[in-house]
Amino acid sequence: MNRTLNADRIATGVLWAIAVFVVAILLAIILNFVLKSLGTLNLSFLFGDPSDSAVGGIGPLFFNSIYLLVVTLLITVPLGTLGGIYMAEYAHEGRVTNAIRFSQELISSVPSIVVGLFGLALFVRATGGYTALAGALALAVFNLPLMSRLAEQAIRAVPDDERAASLALGATKWQTITRVVLPIAIPGIVTGIILTAGRIFGEAAALIFTAGSSTPTHFDYGYFSLTDPRSPWSPFHTATTMSVYIWHINSESILPDSIRIAVANTASAVLIITVLVFNLGARGLGRALQKRVTGA
Amino acid sequence: MIDRTWRHGALVAIASLFILSACGTNGASQPPSAASVAPAMSASADTGASASAGAGGSTAAVTCATGSITAAGSTALQPLVDKAGKDFVAACSGAQIQVQGGGSGTGLTQVSQGAVQIGNSDVTAESKLASPDASALVDHVVAKQGWVAVVNTGVTGVTNLTTQQSIDIWTGRVTNWKDVGGPDVPIVLVLRPASSGTRSVYKKIVLGGAAEATGQALTEDSNGAVVTAVKGTPGAISVIGFAYYQQNLGQVTALQLDGVDATVDNMKAGTYKLAADGHMYTKGQPDGLTKAFLDYMLGPTVQGTTIPSLNYAPVK
Amino acid sequence: MANVAIPLGSNRLERTRSIRERIDIPRRVTLIAAILVVLVVALLLAFIGIRGTRMFFEGGVPLTQIFSATWDPGADPGQQTFGLLPFILGTIGVMVVAAIIAAPLSIGLAIFMSEIAPDWARNITRPAMEVFVGIPSVVYGFLGANVLVDVLRSNFHQQFPLGYSWFAGSLVLSIMILPTITSIAYDALITVPGELRTGSLALGTTRWQMIRHILLPAARAGLMTAVILGMLRAAGEALAVQMVIGNRAIVPTGIGQPIITLTSGITLDMGNTTDNQVWNMALWTMGLILLLMSLTFVFLARRIGRRGAAI
Repeated sequence: MNRTLNADRIATGVLWAIAVFVVAILLAIILNFVLKSLGTLNLSFLFGDPSDSAVGGIGPLFFNSIYLLVVTLLITVPLGTLGGIYMAEYAHEGRVTNAIRFSQELISSVPSIVVGLFGLALFVRATGGYTALAGALALAVFNLPLMSRLAEQAIRAVPDDERAASLALGATKWQTITRVVLPIAIPGIVTGIILTAGRIFGEAAALIFTAGSSTPTHFDYGYFSLTDPRSPWSPFHTATTMSVYIWHINSESILPDSIRIAVANTASAVLIITVLVFNLGARGLGRALQKRVTGA
Repeated sequence: MIDRTWRHGALVAIASLFILSACGTNGASQPPSAASVAPAMSASADTGASASAGAGGSTAAVTCATGSITAAGSTALQPLVDKAGKDFVAACSGAQIQVQGGGSGTGLTQVSQGAVQIGNSDVTAESKLASPDASALVDHVVAKQGWVAVVNTGVTGVTNLTTQQSIDIWTGRVTNWKDVGGPDVPIVLVLRPASSGTRSVYKKIVLGGAAEATGQALTEDSNGAVVTAVKGTPGAISVIGFAYYQQNLGQVTALQLDGVDATVDNMKAGTYKLAADGHMYTKGQPDGLTKAFLDYMLGPTVQGTTIPSLNYAPVK
Repeated sequence: MANVAIPLGSNRLERTRSIRERIDIPRRVTLIAAILVVLVVALLLAFIGIRGTRMFFEGGVPLTQIFSATWDPGADPGQQTFGLLPFILGTIGVMVVAAIIAAPLSIGLAIFMSEIAPDWARNITRPAMEVFVGIPSVVYGFLGANVLVDVLRSNFHQQFPLGYSWFAGSLVLSIMILPTITSIAYDALITVPGELRTGSLALGTTRWQMIRHILLPAARAGLMTAVILGMLRAAGEALAVQMVIGNRAIVPTGIGQPIITLTSGITLDMGNTTDNQVWNMALWTMGLILLLMSLTFVFLARRIGRRGAAI
């Protein structure tokens, strides 16, 4: 008996150690970038224009990352949620359901570089060049299945009692879904959005071939147009993101070595912190929404 | 579920720590970055002065056009086209020029399909595209670009490689630096991808077509990755573009080729042979902004100032 | 939750509409959204299928040549060899070693999160996993090329003379797939019914005995699926691996060697080749092989999942 108790203690210890170890790796990675960029990470880096001789800033690239994130979410959130509703509420086991599920799993495992090349052949030509829209479409290709999968899980997690109560009160199925099930599922859906947002922020391979990899010097945010590629607000502008910029800086930048590394480190730190902040913000939002909609 | 506040608090604390530490050092960041730029600036200023003397030092006004065009392709040419594009746009409101990398093959494919207006390439269109596609393209040679063999700084005592020594090293016949006058350190060959302009130019001009010993080599995707690898790996040797070497002085050691220094002047004089034309292709004759930009590329400002400052050689 | 507001009046009105209108329209709309994924996948499959077979039809390369170990696409026309074996084996090798490193850690972490962690610890590990997912692969690659490669070369020079190696690639990948495996494994563990746990503990077993003899067997299918999907993610990763693996096109024989994978083969040469070159077609064939590997693995994961569900 003593031995089994010991085994239990050791196993518990090992599992704790694993958890601490993994969290420590994450912290080490984060701290590595934050500490290395202490001298360069500031507001002028975040909002300033890139320079070809000094550290400069990443303003336009930061803007592009957010822009691409928003456009991609505008595509994936509504479609993904609708798809998730179908799979959770309407789908029966059968060939269609099977095909959908298989496609979801397959596309999540398609290498992003392949999606990038697919986008280059299809979206770049369709949208008239390396554009934010082409990039967002490529991102949507592999984030839509993820989004709908997560929406489905969130909707499935809503207890059947809720549905039964609503239907018993005379609500239609659609009313039940939109007014009862969805509000309860919102925190889960928001988690889905966070997860896809992280991937969108981090993606580089697919975007090099679709949204472009040139470094803009300056954005004229005062010029608003939805069609002119010269306006940063237009989905047809070339949208190099922070991730692509980090890749570009490491591979083909002619910045002096020390500056190159400083910029890459600082941009990485910004990227990680943005994901962190976004993560926290989205969770808070999810809870607030849930409170408001359900009145709980 | 219950302990949300705890987690929330902890994460907010971490996040605000980052932000605070970031703001706190705001002021201190400027001097070091300015200082580290200085050598690079002066290096480019030197070459700039000598070249503008040769070009007569004239600066003509830019002929503007409006619109939006994209140039894509060669990463070796990208720094030049990018800089020229930015200068052009700064002088001409209403014009936008996007300069993408992607590689020479991408540039040629994209311009040939009409997806971009200009395709940048280290090599001729004929060498990559099928003949009907290639003949539809118009070649604009805008600059001459040079490459230089660089070694890890630990390889002391070697300052020059002859063509024959280079062939021996690249084909794997010589595998230790002591055989070419260096220390007793194994040679680590770092190659660019076989399809890259850099590697095909080197193979043609220096190796005379001999096949590289890929089975013993590392392959890195880009100039930046090559510099990282050569800098860190004892005994490493590779080839990078002049523009990239200029920004990594002291990080890696440049070698002469057949006793000739790798300089823009020697490249212009024709004594340094590891050089090739930089091409900008258009589909048919250019017009509008594309034409204005190509005229600018071949005009006195770019040829006389921009090109030398980035360590390319002018063609005019 | 009884205070959910449902406007009954409007509801009654709607119920007088036709059945088709009431039930079918939302169903159809959501079905179209769900089917969209299938269409995209079909398009992608067709696209890569066509491009990936051009090497054989247009390029005239015999199918058997892809199993050759010689990759020499840059030779003079007629003497080129398009052996893809180094790439295929490299991808499998990198993926398997990454899974061997990541699986115990991930599954351990998943068990910790579902069985052992007090609320406060779980509330650190879960968001930590999400942040992990958000760290871009270029950042890992950058870190790998600038730090990991140096560490391996300087501290383990005997095993990793160059630093750039199979192992370096696997290590970077293992960190990248850790959150993937952990979250799927966690989902598998928490779906194991609570009665099994309480039943076991009531019989006087320790928590570890319960985990080992009840929980893990019950969740086995889910855990295997988690590892397979993690391996898939590893196989598809491009930039990070390419930056640390050395990209040497040889059949891998030791984890200290530089090797090459399908994805790094694609990224190295895709930009520099053009549509009409057999070389370029060979890169698309690599993409197709990668896709076929994904297909096989997804099938495998589903079969395991189904068998698990049947037990």
